[in-house]
Amino acid sequence: MKLSESWLREWVNPGADIHEIAERLVMGGLELDIEPALAERPSGVVVGRIVHLEPHPNAERLRVCEVEVGQGGLRRIVCGAPNARAGLLVPCALPGAQLPGGLSIGVSTLRGVESAGMLCSAAELGLSGGSDGLLELDADARPGQPIEAHLKLDDRILNLELTPNRGDCLSVHGLAREIAALYGIQAARPRIRPAVVVGEYRFTVELEDPLDCPNYAGRVIVGVKPKVRTPDWMRERLRRSGIRSIHPVVDITAYVMLELGQPLHAFDATRLAGVVRVRRAREGEGMRLLNGEFVHLRHRELLVTDERGPAALAGVMGGADSAVSEASTRIFLESACFAPTAVAGTARRHKLFSDAAYRFERGVDPELQRQALERATELVIQICGGEAGPITHVGRTLPEPIKVPLRLARVRQLLGHEISAREVEQLLSRLGVVLSHADTGTWHARVPSCRYDLRIEADLIEEVARLYGYDRIPAKSNPAQIAPSRPPEGQRSLDAARDRLIARGYQEVINLAFADPAPQALLDGGAMAVALDNPLAENAAVMRSTLWGGLIQSWQYNRSRQSARIRLFECGVCFHRDSAGGAIVETSRVAGLISGSALPEQWGSRPPRAADFYDLKGDVEALLGPGDWRFEAAGHPALHPGQSARIYRGEQPVGWLGALHPQRVTQLDLPSTPLLFELDWTVVRAQPVPRVQALSEFPSSRRDLALKVPEAVTAQALERTLRRAAGPSLQELVVFDVYRGSNLSEGFKSVAMGLIFQDYSRTLTLEEVDACMLRITAELERELGAVVR
Amino acid sequence: MIEDLDRLTTGALSEIGDCADPRALDQIRIDYLGKKGRITDLLKQLAGLDGEARKRFGEQVNRAKQSVSAAIESRAEALAAAELDRRLEAERLDVTLPGRGEGVGGLHPITRTIRRIERLWNELGFETVEGPEIEDDFHNFGALNIPALHPARAMQDTFYASQGERVLRTHTSPVQIRTMLSRKPPIRIVCPGRVYRNDSDRTHSPMFHQVEGLYVAEQVTFADLKHDLLAFLSRFFEQEVETLFRPSYFPFVEPGADVHMKLGGKWLELLGCGMVHPKVFEAVGIDPERYTGYAFGMGVERLAMLRYGVDDLRLFYNNDLRFLRQFA
Repeated sequence: MKLSESWLREWVNPGADIHEIAERLVMGGLELDIEPALAERPSGVVVGRIVHLEPHPNAERLRVCEVEVGQGGLRRIVCGAPNARAGLLVPCALPGAQLPGGLSIGVSTLRGVESAGMLCSAAELGLSGGSDGLLELDADARPGQPIEAHLKLDDRILNLELTPNRGDCLSVHGLAREIAALYGIQAARPRIRPAVVVGEYRFTVELEDPLDCPNYAGRVIVGVKPKVRTPDWMRERLRRSGIRSIHPVVDITAYVMLELGQPLHAFDATRLAGVVRVRRAREGEGMRLLNGEFVHLRHRELLVTDERGPAALAGVMGGADSAVSEASTRIFLESACFAPTAVAGTARRHKLFSDAAYRFERGVDPELQRQALERATELVIQICGGEAGPITHVGRTLPEPIKVPLRLARVRQLLGHEISAREVEQLLSRLGVVLSHADTGTWHARVPSCRYDLRIEADLIEEVARLYGYDRIPAKSNPAQIAPSRPPEGQRSLDAARDRLIARGYQEVINLAFADPAPQALLDGGAMAVALDNPLAENAAVMRSTLWGGLIQSWQYNRSRQSARIRLFECGVCFHRDSAGGAIVETSRVAGLISGSALPEQWGSRPPRAADFYDLKGDVEALLGPGDWRFEAAGHPALHPGQSARIYRGEQPVGWLGALHPQRVTQLDLPSTPLLFELDWTVVRAQPVPRVQALSEFPSSRRDLALKVPEAVTAQALERTLRRAAGPSLQELVVFDVYRGSNLSEGFKSVAMGLIFQDYSRTLTLEEVDACMLRITAELERELGAVVR
Repeated sequence: MIEDLDRLTTGALSEIGDCADPRALDQIRIDYLGKKGRITDLLKQLAGLDGEARKRFGEQVNRAKQSVSAAIESRAEALAAAELDRRLEAERLDVTLPGRGEGVGGLHPITRTIRRIERLWNELGFETVEGPEIEDDFHNFGALNIPALHPARAMQDTFYASQGERVLRTHTSPVQIRTMLSRKPPIRIVCPGRVYRNDSDRTHSPMFHQVEGLYVAEQVTFADLKHDLLAFLSRFFEQEVETLFRPSYFPFVEPGADVHMKLGGKWLELLGCGMVHPKVFEAVGIDPERYTGYAFGMGVERLAMLRYGVDDLRLFYNNDLRFLRQFA
């Protein structure tokens, strides 16, 4: 909301510079900026009266005006504006004038006629919101008066960004009240003389539910002159609040809203028939609004209706049919208090944001309606003439006072600081909160009707603290002790995973958790993605179901910047719907991507070797740590079927690793094949707290074993058979070579392993180890067809 | 005989002095001091002497043996030292060549910042708690005193899923609600995490990170809140801080405040905070008469930008390695 400083100062004047006032408001919790009334002020522009005008001899669209600018004599000025006419008062830029945008005015010759200045439009003066053509000024403007004096341009604008709780400050009066409270001074009170009622024109008003509309005041004004002009002072104030002058009656309703905070609506009374009712919309109703939009009313919207149907969306926007027009002479002014909930739903549902809805949503003072109606009447009669009928006022004409209990002890308990009872009373009285003693140390606070945000004790304590000054409450430490938690050692933290990966050369990335559905479907192995109802963009329409999409994106981003070798990881939550009920499932995951050479480019390891599955597996194993992990060849649609594995902990799958499927590489248009892993951290994180085993004091013996085995026999199968055959004395098993070559028959490979035997209670004899080796080789041959080489 | 001994000794010492090879030196030892060595041989002549002469000559031979032996020893040491020097010289490396093997990666600056914030609060006794990122209306709004039609809803542009039934959490406050529902006071927690708002421009990211804190116990006051936040800020920025607590509005606290801090001569809004609203306590079944509490929330990106001099929010999510590696 924007308000003029000079207007505000008519209501409250703390004798301080506007920036100081702004600072005080900011420290009181109101957010605002100070802007000039005009970004760039014109100079050398005065009020001019077009005395006479005639067509330009050489140009069809130009006219030659004789303009009185108050210095005796007339100036001849050529003008092309269609609204130039004799008697019109307009801004006139004299030779030497400077207009916003750097335009200098001099004496010029236009198509052979000398022009001693320029008649100006609103835009040329830098005034926004004007219409085309010359800016028309009040008929009583004095020719020769500088335009900045006539329009009172020496002003500033307070641009307020108010939090939703402070609806009471959404007017000059409301803001003045707040400033007065912050300074501890008095603001002016609205002094409004009730109109002299003439005649009996009135509408009967009925309220369906006083909870939706606690209070409704309305009156008919007849004999309104249709062709009057909103005076310049009002136009300027509206302009400074960002409101464009439309129609004098409409302007007046806006003006009173800005002045007092009460949104008003003016109907063309001849377009209303029968009883005016405030009621909820019925099934199948609809209406055309002032903005031309037709709305279907399907949600019991609150309406103002007449016997023919909806006339306005209550508190949001008027209807097109009953709107005042340039021909209206008979108007019905509405000044109502609609309940915040009744208005907010409607505005949001139909995406209609009006100044009225903005205020009603935040709460309009329920004691303001009559006053605002009288003020609007006064202005209508003053500007447009007419006669006012009696006020129809229904609803809770005398709202119940709001009483909130307040305890001094509670002030201290919440703030941790002693503020005296006397000071509490004084501070709250500045807000118009009246305290009366109930018991010792307890008050009943009577809250002014405009303060919707003061309903409970804590609200009042905030007001006390705010006016007292948060900065005057000293910081104190609380000695209260809380038993420290018992962080579970068996649950590794994500930070531990991060550190491990970083030590292995991985850089952490953070991607947004949104994904493009199509490419993600190529990666997530058929997960049911969680779609957003209102995504920012099509390529961010679903939540990520895998971290691979983001990793590939980061990889590509950096690849195009010449980072050939890349090791990236990300920790984050992924989302999918479970296949059973469609419930959203969140899993915390750790994923990584590597690409390029196995080691950073360096001397002494030439030629460089490309990273492969086993490099990635080494990293994953390091991340997993000890445990009953199993890697099984399994098919993930996004991974190379021969170079990928599913990881299990016992029987529970915990993730995948492998090379991206060549088809996916093509589909995603990637420059090479990245290696990927992804782990479900919630399963992986669990790690038993170590229980130490006694160290064997007996020597170990090592035997190496080279086997010729069919290709299809996996290292895991070899190990499993071998361990079973060996029994408990086999302590360690290392695969130290895998070889395929010409001296082996087709379909066979050679696997070399080191076996370390040890017993905890004695030294193993040579014979025992030999016997064990025999068992092992026999078993390997029998089960897997492995032959000792 | 004595002359022979002197001559032999002089000869031996001179040969030792000239010897440059450990093996040759060993040969000299054998030649003179071995079982059949030339000095050893002299001892055989002892048999032809008697009495005092025998004793004297024996002593002289032994002295000669000792002096030759000592000379060999010292020569051997000198040769070994020279040999070691030679070897060390031959094995000299260019220590300025780069090291080999895997390099190290680095934490993302957001993670780094969260870690720091979290640790500082952990040290003050705040336990880290996390929660789901897709929430329901109750945990994200209702329990936080943000009713459906309240204008405060418009303060946070919300992403919805499941036809409006689920929301991407707009703050980490739902974790506070979940904790208050599942534990009894006293409660002292910090809740770091990703949050989502339907807003994207130069200064807004639709996903960003927050750390929120909550302290609920008997007699928690606004003065405590000020104290703890001041302590946190001065530790986070490692300097005495000048702060300003300004009244502000968040539906879930009352009184509420924005904390501003003077940094580089400018006042900057850093975080929001306040005393837990009684309606929040009512929603989670905590007696607001017995317990009070404070809550605060800070944007991690904002703190990271201030701390590390990052001037563009988008840098955090582009994952440009030239940017990220500066935090390695």
